[in-house]
Amino acid sequence: MQKLSDITIGKEYIVKSINDDELAQKLLEMGCTPGEKIIVERKAPFDDPIAIIVSGFMLSIRKQDAEKIIVKKS
Amino acid sequence: MNTTKIKVVLAGNPNSGKSTLFNALTGLRQKVGNYPGITVEKKTGSCSLDDNIKADITDTPGAYSLYPKSIDEKVAQEVIFNRKDKDYPEVTVVVADATNLRRSIFLITQIIDLKMKVVLALNMVDLSLKQGVIIDVSRLSHELNIPVVAINARKQEGIENLKKAIVEANSQEMATSFFDVSILFKKIIEGTNELRNSENDYGSFLALCLQDTNVDNKLKDICKKYQFIPSRAQAQETIRRYKKIDAVVDSCCTIVKIKSNRSITRWLDDILIHPIFGYFIFLGVLFLIFQAIFSWSAYPMDLIDSWFTDLSILVAATLPSGVFNDLIVKGVLAGLGGIIIFVPQIAFLFAFIAFLEDTGYMARVGFITDKILRGFGLNGRSIIPLLSGAACAIPAIMSARTIASWKERMITIMVTPLMSCSARLPVYTLIIAMIIPAEQNWGPFNLQGLVMMAFYLLGFLAALGTAFILKFILKAKERSFYIMEMPSYKIPDWKTVIYTIVEKVKVFLFDAGKVIIAISIILWFLSSYAPGNRFEQIETKWAGKENAETHISAEKLEASYAGMIGKSIEPAIRPLGFDWKIGIALITSFAAREVFVGTMSTIYSVGDNSNIQSIRERLESVQNPDTGKAFFTTAVGISLMLFYAFAMQCMSTLAIVRRETNSWKWPVVQFIYMGALAYISSFIAFQLLS
Repeated sequence: MQKLSDITIGKEYIVKSINDDELAQKLLEMGCTPGEKIIVERKAPFDDPIAIIVSGFMLSIRKQDAEKIIVKKS
Repeated sequence: MNTTKIKVVLAGNPNSGKSTLFNALTGLRQKVGNYPGITVEKKTGSCSLDDNIKADITDTPGAYSLYPKSIDEKVAQEVIFNRKDKDYPEVTVVVADATNLRRSIFLITQIIDLKMKVVLALNMVDLSLKQGVIIDVSRLSHELNIPVVAINARKQEGIENLKKAIVEANSQEMATSFFDVSILFKKIIEGTNELRNSENDYGSFLALCLQDTNVDNKLKDICKKYQFIPSRAQAQETIRRYKKIDAVVDSCCTIVKIKSNRSITRWLDDILIHPIFGYFIFLGVLFLIFQAIFSWSAYPMDLIDSWFTDLSILVAATLPSGVFNDLIVKGVLAGLGGIIIFVPQIAFLFAFIAFLEDTGYMARVGFITDKILRGFGLNGRSIIPLLSGAACAIPAIMSARTIASWKERMITIMVTPLMSCSARLPVYTLIIAMIIPAEQNWGPFNLQGLVMMAFYLLGFLAALGTAFILKFILKAKERSFYIMEMPSYKIPDWKTVIYTIVEKVKVFLFDAGKVIIAISIILWFLSSYAPGNRFEQIETKWAGKENAETHISAEKLEASYAGMIGKSIEPAIRPLGFDWKIGIALITSFAAREVFVGTMSTIYSVGDNSNIQSIRERLESVQNPDTGKAFFTTAVGISLMLFYAFAMQCMSTLAIVRRETNSWKWPVVQFIYMGALAYISSFIAFQLLS
């Protein structure tokens, strides 16, 4: 079990849960639901924000929010 | 012939090609949003569906669901959810991106469950095919139990089929549903149905989640009674809905080859958002934009300028001389020429912004600047309002609606007018041309261009500085997020870019134009008439003397109503290096900055009975009565430019800020702080330089 903010760029993981109601509301409707594949694509300077690929599209998200997304190895 | 009219709403995710479809359907039959008191958020246009049925089409801002998170998404949700909304549709067309089918159909399944008549327009099927995914359109239609039409909005393919599908959907009752939410929340939904006097389960569920205020406080009570936490329920429902969507998508899609289309996007991203080069590229892009605005538009601007001079001469010669001739040439034409000349620059500016947005680059700029902007109380999403502010603060301030956090949105709105907008351009252009010789260079750069860039930079720095101060004054109401899709790069759709340019130029010409012409006419009256018999006295005084004409007209202007107004504020603006004539221009500029050039042109042509000259030649010949040298010295010029850089001289912007913030407090604060900034900096600059 790892936080999205800690995983290596380019490796495929699976979304386990989003530990934050407000964040979950925003991400779920975009299709970032538990069980979906997730990859950290790249990071902006200072590692914040980060670009992720989830459910087939690229999304940017801040580091502090990535810490709330729990992932597991696929 | 009998024609009926129906209302059609277009909805869909951001970047799904919704606006392209809107343009394809309505062509140039679009109502241009005009300010103030407007609808730029919803665009409407009309289109014939068949021989008998016409449609009013409303385009809504992009949204992922019917759960709005920002004000622009609220607009889309309101149209679909609120039956009392004036644009509430007979048929809703949801545009879906075939390369993102799963996410794209989430919204339509919600609308299906509201029992509305819908058509799914499946866009970019060719792209999805290229990526190796075959979508079985008839199967999808069967699974969702709604009409699905494959379209290519850019190539205008499938549009006729879509129109037929809309007509057909309109003639049938909507009976299908996709996901039955009452299996999750049976009791509370039944209770809410009763309160809302409705049988629509999903409508009641949404009302609960959104705490629809139309149904008063009883909703809160019922939530308490059943321990219903809206955010949790919404998450639960979303996950279940997606499970069902996954099953549908799986059954309709065949993957023939797994090929990532990311390669080009990834390759471009490696360069464009490189941790170091990315910033230089961004600065390079900005530099290119300014170059284009200043050098490329010079040619059409000179052309327009000479046309207007010729036209003025022609009109002056053709019309019988007298008051009417004067009014047309020195009032209307002088003012009109002052507006039309900016069209090339405005077109270039908006072309670049539309181009950058359409390619997907803007989302990247947000990505590399979010961290920096956060330090100033802003958000990566603020970059679009700030950059658009270089074109015009009005659409820029409206685009701040995509910022979900109240505090960040407020700060963005408050500082965006400090960005040098296109209305300041003519003021800068005119003054720079007068105070800095065109031949002068500073190294390899043209000095005029550098000064212009310096003023743009100054506006940007002032915006950041003000944002930084506001960061400590305003209290955050909610958490700030930066969640933004970074779409794959694509070649921009030229039609969309051109439509944007046409729309913005139209708004500028007709709305700003009306104000400018009105002010030019008023100004002409004020400067051509005086109280009592002042003019007669002047004429008697100079009668028969040498150079009487020149003296008479100069003194007449001073004695006129406009002169009186200018004189009355002269003591306040003298420390800034301004005389009463500039004072008149300052006052009229409070309607809109671009009035400055027209006003100066009108004022100086009223006082000048010699031949018709271009505005620059006219101003350059103005002398300081005390020194006998040119009045527009470097000190006066810089002071005047600083004043225009900072002062809030735009009624339309104030009106839009009032509308967007829903209070007079914000525009008033903005007016005062910007005015103070302008006065103080002009004062310091003039005192130091003179």
